[in-house]
Amino acid sequence: MAYKSEGSNLVPVPSNAVIPERDINDMPALECKNLGITFGGLHAVENFNLTIGRTEIAGLIGPNGAGKTTVFNLLTNVYQPTTGTILLNGMDTHGMSTAQVSKAGIGRTFQNIRLFNNLTVEENIMVAMDKSIKCGLFAGLLRLPSYFREEKKAHKRALELLHIFDMENVANHRAGSLPYGAQRRVEIVRALATDPKVLLLDEPAAGMNPSETADLMANIRKIRDTFQIAVVLIEHDMNLVMNVCEGLCVLNFGRIIAKGSPAEIQKNPTVIEAYLGKSHSTKAHEAVNEVVEENSDTGSDNK
Amino acid sequence: MKRKNTNKYVSFALVIAAYAIMMILTASGKITRSMQGMLVPICAYIVMAISLNLTVGILGELSLGHAGFMSMGAFTGTCAALMMTESVPDEGLRLGISMVIGAIFGGIAGFLIGIPVLRLKGDYLAIVTLAFGEIIKSIFNNLYVGFDKYGLNFQLLSEKGIKLEEGGRMLIQGAMGISKIKKISTFTAGFILIILTLFIVYHLVESRYGRAIMAIRDNRIAAESVGVDVTKYKMTAFVISAALAGAAGTLFAMNYSTITANKFDFNTSILILVLVVLGGLGNITGSIISATLLTILPEALRGFATYRMLVYAIVLIVVMLFTNASGTKMLISNIKAKLGGNKEEEEQ
Amino acid sequence: MRFLSFLISGLSLGSIYAIIALGYTMVYGIAKMLNFAHGDVIMVGSYICFFAMMRYNLPPVVGVILAVIVCTILGMVIERAAYKPLRQAPSLAVLITAIGVSYFLQNGALLLWTSSPKVFPSIIGNGKIQLGELTISHVTLLTVAVCLVIMAVLTWFTGRTKMGKAMRACSEDKGAAQLMGIDVNGTISMTFAIGSGLAAIAGVLLCSAYPTLVPTTGSMPGIKAFTAAVFGGIGSIPGAFLGGLLLGVIETFAKAYISTQLSDAVVFSVLIIVLLVRPAGLLGKVINEKV
Repeated sequence: MAYKSEGSNLVPVPSNAVIPERDINDMPALECKNLGITFGGLHAVENFNLTIGRTEIAGLIGPNGAGKTTVFNLLTNVYQPTTGTILLNGMDTHGMSTAQVSKAGIGRTFQNIRLFNNLTVEENIMVAMDKSIKCGLFAGLLRLPSYFREEKKAHKRALELLHIFDMENVANHRAGSLPYGAQRRVEIVRALATDPKVLLLDEPAAGMNPSETADLMANIRKIRDTFQIAVVLIEHDMNLVMNVCEGLCVLNFGRIIAKGSPAEIQKNPTVIEAYLGKSHSTKAHEAVNEVVEENSDTGSDNK
Repeated sequence: MKRKNTNKYVSFALVIAAYAIMMILTASGKITRSMQGMLVPICAYIVMAISLNLTVGILGELSLGHAGFMSMGAFTGTCAALMMTESVPDEGLRLGISMVIGAIFGGIAGFLIGIPVLRLKGDYLAIVTLAFGEIIKSIFNNLYVGFDKYGLNFQLLSEKGIKLEEGGRMLIQGAMGISKIKKISTFTAGFILIILTLFIVYHLVESRYGRAIMAIRDNRIAAESVGVDVTKYKMTAFVISAALAGAAGTLFAMNYSTITANKFDFNTSILILVLVVLGGLGNITGSIISATLLTILPEALRGFATYRMLVYAIVLIVVMLFTNASGTKMLISNIKAKLGGNKEEEEQ
Repeated sequence: MRFLSFLISGLSLGSIYAIIALGYTMVYGIAKMLNFAHGDVIMVGSYICFFAMMRYNLPPVVGVILAVIVCTILGMVIERAAYKPLRQAPSLAVLITAIGVSYFLQNGALLLWTSSPKVFPSIIGNGKIQLGELTISHVTLLTVAVCLVIMAVLTWFTGRTKMGKAMRACSEDKGAAQLMGIDVNGTISMTFAIGSGLAAIAGVLLCSAYPTLVPTTGSMPGIKAFTAAVFGGIGSIPGAFLGGLLLGVIETFAKAYISTQLSDAVVFSVLIIVLLVRPAGLLGKVINEKV
């Protein structure tokens, strides 16, 4: 069955511009059609059309305030969209609560880390396994055998997940006491613990040093390969974006201005214009490298 | 993880040791009458403090109407006990059944109040629980209930409409409350209730439910994003807290011959909050100790009774300033750093 | 006619609630905290005015001015000593502190001035106006008039003056206000001062209408006025005015037509229903948490 979305019908984007999909013949993991939201007359996001393949790593980039995080909030139903539909595995998520969307298969991290600071790292991850722990209130209060069985299972699974980042040794540390980079990694593990089909990472490399970022790149690929899931990431570190992502979507003023492979995006004059202003667009080729460098700088500054 | 477990064993050991010591002292007659009279109230306040700590310290929502649930348990439990005087002659069993009934009604009140309250956040939740406490007090102050062989007779505002058959009696008489209660609460019953409370609260905290509840406290948005059904877990904590307060209310009421709704007013809610704050938010052992001390202290130091409420007020302010102000927080962490690295884990 | 007379006394009570509610709403708007001690500042103001008039035989006007000055200073001291160090603390901690301050004032008053009730003399005597069958006391008229004047002055103040604009800026975004050169701490302190000064006026009016003065006089009107502020939409000045008047009328009608004993239950039920149906209050705006 050949399933392929029409991709984009936006004016500024050429009609043939689609994110190159993996598993192009399967139903996409995530599909946004004409998504939009208005805050008091301001179109924060509009006409957002995007299709993410089942095991694709896609990047959502754009200048500050372009509406990238708003897209994540729409996808997780933190905000209810004003227009458009979101299909997760072909299922319309309209009207679901954030918790239900999570259970349906979207895991996410936050730009400003949101861990459960007073819980241990392991507990943070076990909270995220809520839907898979089969142990009721009374079984927990009365300590029935099912409680011990399920706790043991969850503990084992939490350590397995922590192993992705070799973090088993901090399982019993208070999450709030970890260094910044480690907290970001715990957040990713926690999102994975919800058993998602699509993983949304909001600036996963922010505040990480170059070696941590390099590890992160390898791990994002590893996560995709191991769990066979789609990953969408917002990132300002262009080095990471260009290396890891298979498809990119560029947002400016709430609208998609370009889609395509990293190589295509690097050459796209509209994108360069959005980042550097109009006068530079003529010297597109020289500017590309600058863009890459500048943004990797702002990325690491952006704590 | 480890620290939490030790804390749990300390709580149990403390309660059991205190019970054993008091029983030995009582048996050897070395305990004063006034101390004897305080044992049951102490037990009731310990349970109240632990249950409020579940809402404030573990769920992280401020409830200012906890005395309302205590009141609910006190009135329903005592009515039940009075109705069972003939049918259940054994006093211990009757008290037990009454406490269960008090807990059930406390829990029901918690559930009904929780539906609107838990949709709100922060200050709103506090003010609405306060309002509910006042409403419950207002209702019990104007409620008249009679009981005869045909069952219960309810009337609001006046007892005129209540006609009782031969052998029937009035249970609740408006602002006069319930009088002529047979005092059947015992220290042992209080001890058992505390142990049960500790089991319930610790087992809850260490289960999937407790983790989710604390996750909501630490970061509601993140909890939702990992699939935690916030309303369900908040409600669970709230209802359990209210049910425990109901049981404590029954225990408390059956220690006196008269009980009125005004005993469970806003001041009582604040007193329980002081116990929780002084013992440390989320610290169960702390609640047990502070509930014991603050119940004995006013009795032991007569002069203190005058300044009691003033001192409580200062305790609330000073504890909050000391644990939360940015200046003192730095100071504390500096001291901790000097005392050694592994103290980090101790932080609540 | 009975209805009209209840309505008028309801509006009078509501005016007092409205003045108190203004204090809550301004402080909430700017400091995002529920100043639980606000009701007890009312009580302090009433006592100051009472002693000025009864013990030192000062004229009522001087008594009121003294009360306003003392409460203004008290409000600023409370803010500086108890709330300012907690500006970055979780709201739970701030609220518990505010409850502590409230209890501190109540029990301090209890020790200083004892629990025996003082009979508060009306500041303008017990005169009445007869309009056909309708009797309106001077106190009622004064209360409504003062409330209207305060409303008008506050609307002008927040809308037109530099200080008022600074207040609105701080309540929108403290960080941005600071970057624009606004003295945020000073503005918050000023807000507490104005709110507490208004509380003193409300206290005097309250005790003129209901002349029994005890250390807990302020707490119930305080809680009800907060209810009024929430009812109208917390943070909104016209909301506090509207909420206060409505709550006063509802309470008076509940007393008249339902039951005196259950009137408090009715008032609090209104609060709960409002919060369920319109969590932001009648005139408030919904603020979403940033994710």
